[in-house]
Amino acid sequence: MSAPKEVRLSTTPTDEAIADLRLGDVVYLDGLMYTAREGVYMRALEDKANIPMELPSQSAANFHCSPAARINADGSFDLGAVTATASFRFAKWLPEWMAKTGAKLIVGKGGMTSRDYKEYFVPNGAVYLSTVGYGTGALLGRGVESVEAVHWNDELGLAQAMWVIKCNRMGPFIVASDLNGDCLFERENAKIAENIARVYEGTKPAVLKRYGESDDRTDEVI
Amino acid sequence: MIPIKLIQDTAETLMDKAAIEIPQDYLDGLQEAARTEDGDLSSFVLKAMLENYEAAKEDRRAMCGDTGVPRWFVKMGNDASVEGGMIALEAALRRATANATNGVPLRPNRVHPLWRTDHNNNVGIGAPEIEYGFEPEGAWIDLITVHKGGLFGTDYRMLFPSDGTQGIKRFYLDSLMAFGKRGLACQPAIIGIGLGGSKDICMTLGKRASTLRVVGSRNSDPRIAEMEDEFKELGNSIGMGAMGFVGKNMVIDCNIEVGYCHTGGMPMSVHAFCLSSRRAVARIHSDGRVEHRTDPDWFTPYQRRETIDWEPQQEAAE
Repeated sequence: MSAPKEVRLSTTPTDEAIADLRLGDVVYLDGLMYTAREGVYMRALEDKANIPMELPSQSAANFHCSPAARINADGSFDLGAVTATASFRFAKWLPEWMAKTGAKLIVGKGGMTSRDYKEYFVPNGAVYLSTVGYGTGALLGRGVESVEAVHWNDELGLAQAMWVIKCNRMGPFIVASDLNGDCLFERENAKIAENIARVYEGTKPAVLKRYGESDDRTDEVI
Repeated sequence: MIPIKLIQDTAETLMDKAAIEIPQDYLDGLQEAARTEDGDLSSFVLKAMLENYEAAKEDRRAMCGDTGVPRWFVKMGNDASVEGGMIALEAALRRATANATNGVPLRPNRVHPLWRTDHNNNVGIGAPEIEYGFEPEGAWIDLITVHKGGLFGTDYRMLFPSDGTQGIKRFYLDSLMAFGKRGLACQPAIIGIGLGGSKDICMTLGKRASTLRVVGSRNSDPRIAEMEDEFKELGNSIGMGAMGFVGKNMVIDCNIEVGYCHTGGMPMSVHAFCLSSRRAVARIHSDGRVEHRTDPDWFTPYQRRETIDWEPQQEAAE
């Protein structure tokens, strides 16, 4: 058993640094990172609100995250634990978001499909970093040196607001896609698939089917 | 009479403990998993999680940034009474939830399903859930808080007697495969299975099996206990580990709870209590003593009773 390779990476990474990443490498981040999920995407892309940061010069790292945090009465921020939320739900907005903001690192939970990677990650020179666990909220929280700003809290609420955090060796994250558009999770799925037939041996499909198992609505489920 | 202030103060402490301190039974289970895991990546993940629990306790910060959806299980001895009655108790639990959300801090996860309104305090319509149980004796009240993750790892299906044990296995495996890939279920998890009951109670049984029973506990019905062992083994033989990487630890334990159901059916639910299995318990006695523990001890013989009256069964057992 070998320990994965560890890499320190800037949140405004060079093309070379991204090209050097391999599936399964463990990454620690330095620099500014912002949270953006459905609330921010809808506000910026559908409502056409001006994004309150200079992107990608300030940060090319988009974190699919809502922190466990509070805004104090004096306007300061306390941030406890930080973990990601599942990214597959954001595929609808990501191509436009990446084109608009130049994001190079999409950081979240569970990754995207290799089709997503090939269609719009690779052309943008971007890769996906997955959080670990999930989730190592306390470890990641330790990697947050400070909260620089919280944008759109009034409009979106704490959980959906755009948190701008300063990372200091924040991690661990795992490289889940590369510039070939290969997907770490799909690679693992393929290895596990070899064993599935054996595990299912002797089991049988349920007597009552459900739509979803058949998408033909002229079918019956019995 | 149990003072209402003591209930609220204890509830706030429980919120804090649940979010920050991994329960010992789950920790023991995960350490054993880390010891046996031989997949490179899944082994790395388990080690990182063990470090994370330490960091959370040292810093007194939540283990996971998604601090789940806080809920309460309240169990009362038959002789217990609460200052101000149950309305006051519900207000105290709602206030403790709101205060701890800001205090720990927790993530304000609870929003309106349609309008996405967020009160930033985890309180709203039906939130936090408060469920009740009773025991035949005692003047105490048990407060149990569970902050379970809310999105993945849970499913329900109406099976029928003709589906049999093989049908149950199939749906169990389907749930693990569907939500285990990419680690959506945040496994290795305590898997809870609900069998029987009406549709809603089937979900409740499975959720309670995953959240209100500790790792290593077994159902009091020896044949169900055997199924629990077998299902744990089955889940761990898929070849999938943490984050859906190749590995051998998917299920820290499997708990099954049953309830009587319609004679024609065999409803089944599956639930996964994740790598941050957040639960904390305290018993408050009428004399003001508070005892903290992590085992909810929910499924007592009384909770699993089959008879009309309780006393006859008690005598029969003696």
